[in-house]
Amino acid sequence: MSRKRTSFRTELPLLVWLVLVWGALWRDFSPGNLAFGALIAVVVARIFYLPPVELSGRFNVWRAIPFAAVFLGKVVAASFQVMYLAVFRGPSVSNAVVAVPLRSHSDLMVTATGHVISLIPGSLVVEVDRSTSTLYIHGLNVRNDVDTAKLRKEVQDAEASLIRIMGTNAELEALQAEGRTATRGVGP
Amino acid sequence: MTPNATGADAVIDAVTAVLLIVGALMSLGAAIGLLRFPDLMSRMHAATKPQVLGLFLVLAAIGLQMREWWVWPILVVAWIFQLLTVPVSAHMVGRAGYRTKHLHPELLSTDELEAVVLRAAVKRDAEKAEGSDSAIPRTANGGNAGANRGSVGGPDGSRGPSA
Repeated sequence: MSRKRTSFRTELPLLVWLVLVWGALWRDFSPGNLAFGALIAVVVARIFYLPPVELSGRFNVWRAIPFAAVFLGKVVAASFQVMYLAVFRGPSVSNAVVAVPLRSHSDLMVTATGHVISLIPGSLVVEVDRSTSTLYIHGLNVRNDVDTAKLRKEVQDAEASLIRIMGTNAELEALQAEGRTATRGVGP
Repeated sequence: MTPNATGADAVIDAVTAVLLIVGALMSLGAAIGLLRFPDLMSRMHAATKPQVLGLFLVLAAIGLQMREWWVWPILVVAWIFQLLTVPVSAHMVGRAGYRTKHLHPELLSTDELEAVVLRAAVKRDAEKAEGSDSAIPRTANGGNAGANRGSVGGPDGSRGPSA
């Protein structure tokens, strides 16, 4: 077989996650159980081979914690919003399919953005164009161009936060450069 | 729940009760959404969001009542798997729904995917026509593509940008 062997370092996050799930399922985090879990994790990762997830190698915990809190808040807001729309608007709700071009072209970033965006208020990924890294998003209760612009900005903001947490250095620099030009443009 | 709870127990019981009731309300909201929203994709919104929060609240209530540390990791894992799988299933159903036209175009204020789909369909038809018979003059190709564009609304199921 002509597949590239995944390096241990790339596989490590996956193995750690598998061991944690093993421990959680057995409700037993004793060293013996975890060691056995690690053995099974390695065997599983070898036999059921999947293309490796290319992590960027950086992870900013200080940005991840507030992001998680904001994310949880948005999930709550989304749920109440959908519930409100379901009860009071129902059949007359107006939607839109909006194309949102993303900055990043990495699969991980597009996937993560798609996941986050599916869980926060009124948006659902309908189609992904991988070649241009564009998400086509179905927005709930999008009535006019103002709402469309808001939805697009929200998606791009979510991507920006994710880049700050775990994007590559190149993506981060591009984002910061973009922020500088934007503030210069708006400034007095 | 303990009947004659006092102090911390009473607080925990009260919080648990609130979490369970709000969690159940969220599931109810999802059910109402499934019934009342007009098309498949708005229903997917109802099926994904309130349900994720509802599960979170119910799991938190279980965690509070069990008073055992070992239950928390499994609850967290359960919720993380929910977070990972719900957007994927919603995306797959939404995408299949869009491609098979289970949507009401009159309810969409804008549809930026449609133009892309039409362009891809026209391009593919042009390529197909060129490949099958290169003797057909250019204008016939254009007419052909135009005719196909008209039939894109039909149930041919072949529209959509190549994924």
